Amino acid sequence: MPAPSVISFEGVGTVLAGHRVLDGISLAVAQGEFLAILGPSGAGKTTLMRLINRLAEASEGAVRVEGEDVRTADPIGLRRRIGYVFQNIGLFPHMTVAENIAITLRLLGWDAGARAARVDELIGLVRLDRARHRDRFPHQLSGGERQRVGVARALAARPKIVLMDEPFGALDPITRDALGRDVRGLHDALGLTTVMITHDALEAVLLASRIVVIRGGRVIADGTPHALMNEDGDPYVRELMQTPRRQAERLRDLTAGGA
Amino acid sequence: MNLDARLTDALARLPDYLGGHVRVSLTALALGIALSLPLALLSIRRPTLRAIVLALSSVVQTIPGLALLALFYPLLLGLAALSAHVFGVGFSALGFLPSVLALALYSLLPVLRNAVAGLTGIDPAVSEAAVGVGMTRRQALWMVELPLALPVVMAGIRTAAVWVIGTATLSTPIGQTSLGNYIFAGLQTQNWVFVLFGCVAAAGLALLVDGLLALIERGLGARRRAWVVLGTLGMALIVLVALAPGWSRPQARYLIGAKTFGEQYILAALIEQRLSAAGLTAARREGLGSNVILDALGNNEIDVYVDYTGTIWANQLHREDAKPRADVMAAVAAWLRDHRRITTLGELGFENAYALAMPRKRAEELGVRSIADLARVAPQLTIAGDYEFFSRPEWAAIRAAYGVSFRAQRQMQPEFMYPAAGAGEVDVVAAYTSEGRVTQYDLVVLDDPKHAIPPYDAILLIAPRNAEDRALTEALRPLLGAIDVDLMRAANLRATAGGDAASPDAVARWMWEEITRRKGATR
Repeated sequence: MPAPSVISFEGVGTVLAGHRVLDGISLAVAQGEFLAILGPSGAGKTTLMRLINRLAEASEGAVRVEGEDVRTADPIGLRRRIGYVFQNIGLFPHMTVAENIAITLRLLGWDAGARAARVDELIGLVRLDRARHRDRFPHQLSGGERQRVGVARALAARPKIVLMDEPFGALDPITRDALGRDVRGLHDALGLTTVMITHDALEAVLLASRIVVIRGGRVIADGTPHALMNEDGDPYVRELMQTPRRQAERLRDLTAGGA
Repeated sequence: MNLDARLTDALARLPDYLGGHVRVSLTALALGIALSLPLALLSIRRPTLRAIVLALSSVVQTIPGLALLALFYPLLLGLAALSAHVFGVGFSALGFLPSVLALALYSLLPVLRNAVAGLTGIDPAVSEAAVGVGMTRRQALWMVELPLALPVVMAGIRTAAVWVIGTATLSTPIGQTSLGNYIFAGLQTQNWVFVLFGCVAAAGLALLVDGLLALIERGLGARRRAWVVLGTLGMALIVLVALAPGWSRPQARYLIGAKTFGEQYILAALIEQRLSAAGLTAARREGLGSNVILDALGNNEIDVYVDYTGTIWANQLHREDAKPRADVMAAVAAWLRDHRRITTLGELGFENAYALAMPRKRAEELGVRSIADLARVAPQLTIAGDYEFFSRPEWAAIRAAYGVSFRAQRQMQPEFMYPAAGAGEVDVVAAYTSEGRVTQYDLVVLDDPKHAIPPYDAILLIAPRNAEDRALTEALRPLLGAIDVDLMRAANLRATAGGDAASPDAVARWMWEEITRRKGATR
């Protein structure tokens, strides 16, 4: 029996300022999936994700979160129960690490003691150092540390769904890899349903359990990383998957031959 | 020791002047902030409104401070009359209210501009995150946008505070006691200690407030609660100190008005001394603008002051012709009674008219005794006048009556005009007849055989509410006809001499001694 779908798009289209951004999207995300939305810039990836917590509105069709049509849901409540990791990290510069992480808890009315305990827990969860980082301000952290705080903030209110908009885009390759693996680990450990936007096919292949490729506002491919890597489908998808495949082959050569 | 005496005098007035200054400037600043912050918030998401609001406040900023303050007086006077008519409750249009409103308008631009800049300059990624984590519009504003804009907003508030405290010195001419009283009085009575004292006190207050606001701002930014508390306490202390003299000062029964020149300061002091000798409490409202003072009297906001018949003849009756002294006096008194219910108690005995004057030696060389004689030689001569003389009806009347035309006309500050005549740099000056420096520089006042210049008799005017006040009128009656032009010139000259004896109070005491001595001699 398939897992129940946590997020579903039913014939969704979006027109922004007279410009069609999304067209006829139908998609169901199952409980526990790690879905990567892959596509070139301007493909409509971010709009698609923003429909889920109503940062954007669909012009046609319906978006459901845990079975409820988002149009009837309170957008503020919706955003507070869905974790969000921003592309530009988006930490509040005038708040400490602890205050940034606790912001949604504060909005939900948690008392200070409960917030502090949860913050300590989360700092450990994203592998930051309680003593060193808790009371720092964002500008005193490295890029990787900042996005770890961003992830902790998204997870604070124990959401079942986490949305990530190119979360590792601004990071160096080593930090990117470490944080990516940690995020995937948290996804598994906490039983989350994660939707991640990326334009990096390798990242999608390595982290996601399912990849949806979007181009020109339409879904042009949808499958497991394994399926997409090995299928002979749409030429753009094949081209997209060439990159990780070539990288993998080159690495295999290097590690085997040493040349 | 006279510097010490002047400093002591200045210090004695400090609680009153500083208190008035702080009250008016901080109220204006608070009102300005209360207006401009909501306007800024309203206009962040409305570019058209923002453009309009910023343009309007920029326009306000271009109006010179003195003009803006003066414009509010007639406006409020109209409103007060309307309110008295409609609701039966009037309010004082003099002093505090117009000053606060004008200064508050002045403070709009820096606060508004900085608030808009601070709020629109926030990193869009941060604003998006605020919405994305589930903040309402209001929460995003209070928890994220305002705290981030705070340093820029505070910088605007600090700029406004410095401007308002500086500009508040200009509220003296519309009847608000402020540190400007030192400056206006000092400039008119040549008391440079007063001028400097006023400037330094205003600058010191501005720096102190700026420093305290900076402390609050840094404290908020760096989360040093102690700094915020210290800064707030400092501001609270200033407010308390400013309020204190206002409560403890006994309310004087009579307010004596004085315009912005030295003779008026002396006459106001003389009137105050007469009233207090009669057991009546009185206080002075000095440095009132010429346009404000008559309205203030008519509205019972001051009780008594000295004006000049020719001023009212020209400015209120709009007459451009000249008539004999008695005719002008009668017409002015009738007009004041019928149109303003103001009582003209009588003439003091001297005129402070415009007159053409020349150094005695030069006049004798040229054989000039009257303006008619002057017309003959004028094309070789230079004339100097104050800033308004050459645009006044008197000058037009002189030229029409005598056909005089000078080689050159120069506009000068009166302080420099007389020495220039004494030094021969100009040949003729448009002098005031009661001016002490006419004697000092040995000038002769030229006759006006065709009566082109209207008479300017000094007259004592009483507010409508005091028309039946016997105590007041009896206390002032001894001054009527008691001051001839020689006495007034001598008094004005003493006032420019410097030293302790030159203060308006000392000169007024000397005048009274002279008046009583002369009366004794004639008896």
